[in-house]
Order: sequence, then structure tokens, then C-alpha cells
Amino acid sequence: MGMTITEKIFANSAKKLRVIPGENVWLNVDILMTHDVCGPPTIEIWQREFGENAKIFDKNKLVIFPDHYIFTANTQANRNVQILRDFAKKHNLPHYYDPGTDRYKGVCHIALAEEGFNVPGTVIFGTDSHTCTAGAFGLFSTGVGNSDAAFILGTGKIWEKVPESMKFSFYGEMPNYLMAKDLILRILGDIGTDGATYRAMEFDGDTIFSLSMEERMTLTNMAIEAGGINGIIQCDKVCEEYVKQRTNKSYEIFTSDPDAKYFAKYEYDTSKIEPLVAKPHSPDNVDTVRSVQGTKLTKCYIGSCTGGKITDYIAAAKLLEGKKVKTTTVIVPATTLIAQQLDEIKINDKTINQIFADAGCVVGQPSCAACLGGPADTIGRAQDGEVIISTTNRNFPGRMGSKNSQVYLASALTVAASALNGFITDPRDFL
Amino acid sequence: MEKTIKSKVFVLSDNIDTDQIIPAEHLVYSLTDGNEAKLYGKFALSGVPAQLSGLPNGNINFVKDNTTTSEYSIILAGKNFGCGSSREHAPFALQKAGVKAVIAESYARIFYRNAVDGGFLIPFESNEKLNDKFSTGDEVEIDLENYTLTNITKNTKYQLKKLGDILPIIEAGNLFEYARKNQLT
Repeated sequence: MGMTITEKIFANSAKKLRVIPGENVWLNVDILMTHDVCGPPTIEIWQREFGENAKIFDKNKLVIFPDHYIFTANTQANRNVQILRDFAKKHNLPHYYDPGTDRYKGVCHIALAEEGFNVPGTVIFGTDSHTCTAGAFGLFSTGVGNSDAAFILGTGKIWEKVPESMKFSFYGEMPNYLMAKDLILRILGDIGTDGATYRAMEFDGDTIFSLSMEERMTLTNMAIEAGGINGIIQCDKVCEEYVKQRTNKSYEIFTSDPDAKYFAKYEYDTSKIEPLVAKPHSPDNVDTVRSVQGTKLTKCYIGSCTGGKITDYIAAAKLLEGKKVKTTTVIVPATTLIAQQLDEIKINDKTINQIFADAGCVVGQPSCAACLGGPADTIGRAQDGEVIISTTNRNFPGRMGSKNSQVYLASALTVAASALNGFITDPRDFL
Repeated sequence: MEKTIKSKVFVLSDNIDTDQIIPAEHLVYSLTDGNEAKLYGKFALSGVPAQLSGLPNGNINFVKDNTTTSEYSIILAGKNFGCGSSREHAPFALQKAGVKAVIAESYARIFYRNAVDGGFLIPFESNEKLNDKFSTGDEVEIDLENYTLTNITKNTKYQLKKLGDILPIIEAGNLFEYARKNQLT
């Protein structure tokens, strides 16, 4: 019996010839990532459990991106960043990216890719559920809590149950009105928010391999919204090119065997998929944009690890160019590099930032911002009674702030089209 | 490990995500500073929409105003409890509020791991949908040796799933104790 790509990476990391779904193994961790919300308690647990002389398993394998609550006057949030700053200084950490300096990056999952930490074939754990994003690079990555992260910080190892795998294949050319967001929403609508609980979600098919790395990351990013332990896409030439431009580290490409066993296989004709939304209050409450077309909005939001990548802004800018938005439209780029690209990349002689400014959008500083609500002074935070369409990943009650708000999830194209009308709009109306 | 847990039960629906368990704006508090950590108890389950807070009728505050602990030590929910973010603050907040066990039809992976590896509470799985058979405030008892859940108020009894592979970690207290006991660190 063959193995899936996830099983092969598990076997390699656990130093076993083969693994079987359901068995518990100890994985050797290649990268541990944390941020300002979960980093401080992780450090506290590590100190408590490993004592005064606690050692970091490998400083080169610890990556800390403060990104959640950065641009806020909240003193407790600022204190948490200071705890990370002091920790990094005390231990002379090579991979700490301090806010307020030119090392600051922004949203960890995208920065991890940009900085070359996503090495195919490796194992990444992070104290954030969207750590599964990195699986777009043919590696295993998943989110854990503070205790598991503290255990890794001290030992470099963690127990994990080998997951069963589910395969989602998309075939055919990607139409200009669709983005990867529509594909993952299609899956969420089909299998639900617990449809892949504790399972690997493998994405395959010629549509997937025609996508940029940024778009692939939208798919793997939202594996957690179906309960998946990880999302994964085999590393191809596009992936290798991205990796080689950012790191000299050697990598290993794992592939699923033709006779590998899957819990389930789903196949999609991409041309038959329509622009989709997840309606309030769950990412699996999926419907076509057409069927909610006309829903009045108080705000449009384009940002986060899911929908705040350069490809999202290029898509939005093409629609917004030369037009005005009819409702508050907030742009929060995931990282400082993306923020810089908004000033550099031009569409018809205008930078993306100029297009956004001319259209009447508000552009915030790179961070997680309103995706998860955050402190009261967070840009774009949902207020009572708001109806928002957003490129983010979750719309459970209160996720973006007030639990008395309603959030629709959609692609950057759909959000941009909706911004132009002030109500939910199918992007085909502007293409 | 105790042999029984007896308490009034707080009943919730499916897909109680970590933002409902502890809204993200509260994640700034210290988990180790005694007074500050109490705030996690105070705001536990404060993100649940009012009409779904304490089924079947709703509109019941899990933690009463001006207090930091709850009168409910057992939570009974539907499917996919703890979905959403990886914040360990979620099982921590429930523990701070006084929760000893959750019974759900199923759990999201990270919440389940956090509850067990951090030693915050015991996540039991029910064999069937139970949250439509219990009312918030019912007196219930979990028998940890026989994996049964008794509703004393309604005089009914249900079997729970065995804890399986994670039992040794729960018995040890948390992942670190388990690892030391088994000389894994």
C-alpha cells in the first residue's frame, strides 16, 4: 500500500519507514513559529516546565513574528510584544522581527513564506491555527496551543496522530472571475466546518498547479476551517522557484503514491464553480454571490493571511481602477513587503496604492488587524449592527469584533465588486 | 483523577468556536498573574450570542456579572466544540471559570489537544446528540470509571466514549508530567 504526501513527511520526520493513519508518532520539528498573542504564555510554560536553566531546542528553528495586536494603544497588548522583545534579546534569537523596526514583517504565515522558512518536505508547528498555510509548499504544517509549543520549544519534538487524508482535485482553466477563495469555499460548503477534522486535506489537479503560490496559500490556509490538521499541495516548479529565490536550504519533494489510501476524494470541474460567499455565521454557510446579490453593506475589508496577499490586491485594484467605492473599504496588507509592493506595482501607470486612494479606500498598516477583532482601537473592527464582506477566513459570531455584526466571507474580486456598489455584487458585473 | 464530577450543566449548540469561548479582545491578559488571569474566568463563554447561551431557552450568563467563576462545572455541547483559533486561552478560560469537563459530540483538533496537553479539563465525547435532551441547570454526574453521564434532574443515563490514547496524559496531569513519567524529555 502506498503512502500519501502527508504520511511520507510524517514517516520522514518520525524516522520511520512507514506510518499508518491513526497511530501516534513523535515528530521532529523543523520550525516552531509563534506570535504576540501565544508567544508570551508559551515562554511562561516553557520556563515553568523546564526550569531556570530551560534551553531552547534550536534557536535557528524558532521564528517569532509579532503580528496580531501591533498598532494599538492597549497597554497589555504592548506588554506582550515587550515580553517577546526581551526574550529575543536575552537569548539572542536570530529570527525575531520586532515591530517599530525595519525588521518588522507583519502576518506570520505570509512572512514565513516570504522569508524562506517554508522548505518543502519539512515539519512546521506554530501557535496559530492558520499555520496550515505553509502546506502550500509541499510540507507538513499545523497549529498547536501554548503547552504543545512550550514542549516543542524545550525538546524539538511533539506527539501527533497520523491523519487520514482527503483529496480535493480541481480540473480545467481558472476563469477570470474566480479566485482560490472560491475553490476553498466550494469545499467548505460541501464538507462543512468539521468535514476534515483531524484529517490532511490534499489539493491536486491542473487548476491548482496553474495557481501562484499566493493563491495556493489561500487554499491551505483555510484547511483549518474544515477542521483539517493540515492542507498540502505537492511542490512543483512554481513552488521550487519561489523557494529557491528565498533560501539556500536544501529541500526534499515528497509526492503521494498512486495507490495511496484516501478517506475520501472530491473532484471538481473548475469552470462550473461560481463566485461564492460564506454567509453569517459560519465558513461553511456557503452560497453563490448571485443569490445574496444586493445585500446592503456597511464595510468591505481586504486583508489577513487569507486575503491580504499581493495577488488579492492586484485582483481588487483591477476592478477599482478609475472608480469610487460606495461604502467604507479597508485595506490591510498582510506584510510590510506587500505594503511596499502596493507602492511599486503599477496597473495602467498608477500604483495599486494610488488606485486604492483614488477609489476612496482606507489603507492600514500590515498586521492581523480586524480579521480577529482585536483591541477596541483596531482598524476595521466590526461594530454593533455592521454588515461586512471580507476576504478573511472566519465569520463565527464576534470573530471580527462585535457579536452583533454580520460577516460575509468572499474573494478579493467579490469584495472589490461589492465595494463599488455598496452591496454584495458578483464580480462578473464588472469584468 | 477524581472518580466522579457532579455539577449543574450548561448546554450549548454546535460549532462553539474559540472566539465564543473567549473573545480575541481579551487575549491580552496575563495567564500567570493571579488577578489578571481571573479575567479569563470572568469572560469565559462571553462571546456566545445571548439567544444560544444556556439552551434550550438561552439568555443565561455562564458567569454572573461581577464574578469570575461559574456555577456550572460541566458543559454539554453539540458537534465541533472548540473550532477556530489555536488559542489555549480557551480551555484555560473555561478552567478559570471552574469547568472540569466538557461533553460534546465531537471536538476540533487543537482545542482537544490543548485541553488534554495543558491539563485544563477533560474533553468527553458522547455517543449521540445530547444537547437537545438536557436543560441548562440540570444536575448531572459524570462517572469517570464507567464513562457514564447521569442526568439526576431528569433521571436519565447515557454512555460516553472512552478517552483512549489520551487517558495516560490526563491521568498524569498534562503533557509535561506524562513525558517526565515516561522519560521522554
